[in-house]
Order: sequence, then C-alpha cells, then structure tokens
Amino acid sequence: MRALDVVATGPSALVQDLGRPGLAHLGVPPSGALDVPALRLANRLVGNDETCAGIEALFGGLTVRARTSCTVAVTGPPVRVTVDERAHGTHTPIHVSAGQTLAIGTPDTGLRCYLAVSGGVAVEPELGSRSRDVLSGIGPEPLEPGNVLPLGAPRGTPTGEDELAAPRLPAELVVPVLLGPRDDWFDEPARLLAVPWTVTPESNRVGLRLDGAPLRRAREGELASEGLVTGAIQVPSSGLPVVFLADHPTTGGYPVIGVVVPSALPALAQARPGTTLRFRPQA
Amino acid sequence: MRWLPYGTDAVLVECESLSEMSAVRTTVIAARLPDVLEVVPGARTVLVVARPGSTALSEAREAVEAADLANPPGADPRAVELAVRYDGEDLQLVAETAGISADEVVELHTGAEYTVAFTGFAPGFAYLTGLPEPLRQSRLDTPRTKVPAGSVGLAGEFTGVYPRSSPGGWRLLGHTETVLFDSRAERPALLAPGDRVRFRRTR
Repeated sequence: MRALDVVATGPSALVQDLGRPGLAHLGVPPSGALDVPALRLANRLVGNDETCAGIEALFGGLTVRARTSCTVAVTGPPVRVTVDERAHGTHTPIHVSAGQTLAIGTPDTGLRCYLAVSGGVAVEPELGSRSRDVLSGIGPEPLEPGNVLPLGAPRGTPTGEDELAAPRLPAELVVPVLLGPRDDWFDEPARLLAVPWTVTPESNRVGLRLDGAPLRRAREGELASEGLVTGAIQVPSSGLPVVFLADHPTTGGYPVIGVVVPSALPALAQARPGTTLRFRPQA
Repeated sequence: MRWLPYGTDAVLVECESLSEMSAVRTTVIAARLPDVLEVVPGARTVLVVARPGSTALSEAREAVEAADLANPPGADPRAVELAVRYDGEDLQLVAETAGISADEVVELHTGAEYTVAFTGFAPGFAYLTGLPEPLRQSRLDTPRTKVPAGSVGLAGEFTGVYPRSSPGGWRLLGHTETVLFDSRAERPALLAPGDRVRFRRTR
C-alpha cells in the first residue's frame, strides 16, 4: 500500500487541501491550507495537482516514514529537513525510498510548514475536501503518532523548481486593508487601524487575535448576524480586532471594520505570536 | 437597501427586513451566475462572494435591481417536520416569562410555521423565524457549557435546533432525535435557507 506512517508531530499537524468553499450558507467554513501558495507549490514540486491534500505542520516537528518510494517537498518558512538524518533543502523535490524517515525541524521564523507527497494524502474526503476544520470539527482528525496516511497514485512530473526560495518574513508586517462594510461604526477607522498591532498566542486557524489600542466604536448597539469572508477584521466589544482565517465562522455579530486583501493572507498565516503588524487601509 | 463593499470580491447587501433579505437571496440564486461562489444570508443582509476578477457582483446587483422583490423567484422551499419531546430544562422558565402554562408554550411552538432565515454558529445550525411573540425571549444570562445534540431552543426572534453538542445560551424547550447535519449525506444540512419548518409534539 502506498502510505506514510506518522512517527511524530509538532504542536499540530493537519491534513489540508484547498478547502470546501461554497457551503457557507449551510454554516460550513471554507477551511483549507492557511498559506495557500505554499501548499500549491509543494504539490507542484512533487508532480501533483495543486488541489491534492498535504500536511500543514504548525512549528514543524513532523516526522513520517514512507511505506513506499515517493517524492516529497517541504515548503513554507525555511526549515531543516532530513531523510534518514541526511539534510535536504526545502522548496525542492526530494526522493524518499520505502522505509526511509523524513523529519521536518522547527522553523526559525514563520509558523506553518507544508509537506506534499506524490499522489497526495488520500484520506476520505468530507464535503468535497480533505481539510481539517478546527472550528467545526469536519475533516480528518489532527494527526497523531501511529496514524497511517494512505497516498493516491502518483501522476505528473515535478514543476516549479525554479519558482522561489523559501520566503524570508519581515520583522514587521504591513497589511493592506479595504475599509468596510462596517467602517461607519467607527470614527476615523483608517487612523485607528494604521497603528502597530501585536499577534497574540490565542491566534489559530480560526483567526489572528491582535493586541493594541482598542478600537473604540462611534456607534453602540448590536449588529445582527451577517456573513463573513476570510480576511474580515471583526471588532468584538473588547475593541481588539480578530482577522478571520480559513476556519472562520460563516456569520458573526460584531462589526467588520475592513477586509485584508487576499494577497496579504499567506503572510498572516505565518505570523507568529509577538509579530508586529500594521494595517494600511485603502478607501 | 444598501450595497456595502466587502473586500475585493464580495458585497454585503443590507436590507430593510427579513423578507427583503430573503427576496434578495432567492433573486441572486435564481440568476444562476456561474461566478457567484457564495450567497450567505444573515438576519438583515445577504453576503455575495464572487470569483476574483469576474463581473459577477455587478451582474448580481443588476439582477436584484431588475427584480420584483415583492414577488421573488420561487426558491422551491422544502417542508420539514421535526418531532420534539418537550422536556427541556427551560420550559418552565419560558412559560413563566411568557405568563402562560408549559402546555401553552408547546401549543404556540408547534402551532407556528417557521422559515430558515440563515445558518451559522455551527454546520447545520439554522436560525428559524416565525416565533410567536410571547416566546421571543432573551438568552440565558449564563450560557451552558454543554447543550446536547438535538436540543430545541429559542432566543430573541429565533428558534432552532443544536445539530450537535456545543456550548450555548438559548432557552431549551425540548429535544429531537432527527439528525440535523451529516457531512456524509448527499444533502448534509437538513435545514437550508428558505426551508419551511414545523415542530410536532411527541410523547
């Protein structure tokens, strides 16, 4: 059987693909890899369709043993990768023979490493996706040592090797934001947002929770539940914003002051607790 | 009605009423625009998400502005009946708050026809409108840390059923054995926006 044995995980290792969009009206979050370009690249590097499932490993620390000969690739932040304790690069295809052990170290910067394997992780899909959704508990359980992950049939040849080196993350993130739809609940929303914010340890796949100068509302009262998109910056009563990521709820009852532009989301997926970020609001 | 921009690829349509919201939702769906990815109803809003770079948002707006919202396109709602054992922990509280007996609470709850306005909170959790006035009551002061799956409750203008065990602050009237959400089923959520729902008392 083409399969991987999970030997060890870091703090959290989850099967992820591109998620299950289009089901928000049933209360189902989009989910999927948080750093989408990283998973897409990892898949291309092993000859997969970009839609194949891989493993999203928080703070690295993932070790797997191959039951079959396969091609793997690790993307995301720079990290030490070894096969039977011999060092290899990231962002490049690596051949692993049956019985060999691949280990991903702990990245010095960033948060989430992605492992793709030729054929893709072929656990049973749920609602059209193999992604683990931590908010609603849909999809495969978080990985544990001893798990056996089935692999699909390998198909293509690797592409994208010339694409890029591992991204270097800046010390301070600048995050472009489009104001609205509820920026009118705040006085001078652009000025309020354009200050330094710190990513807190309560952040997860549901949202990035930020600390800083609380956003004071100009308008009191409650907002009836309304739809949310990934990247929405919601402001609960505390005034401390939450940037919703892929496992966000489908509706919420607090005003959304602005929405992060999609191209800035991968960097947010890699923002560690303690990272400083500054929103750059655009009208 | 207001059209509020929502990031690069979405718009939030703010409506005057629940019925206008519902009409906007069915109009956008009936337009069958291939680049509309999500149509997410809220209590007074419809969020429309489009494929990036497409013209679907302006097409959706044209469809809504051309529509007769008093007579929206038929959405072919399903009729669902849920059998409920009215033995909820808050049945007496609801009765006392309404100033009626527990039996009268059950009569009111089973006598009304409800509509799924929107979902949220958890997969398959449907917010049903149509709750009789005496049953429109506030949430519990302290939410329960665990509400069993199938619990039938009410809060504000809504009634609904918890699809699975979760924390929750709704006042609980009883419970149903019916499965509300099954991700392996062809139709995963029993209740989808627009569906009509009735509750039936079972002993």
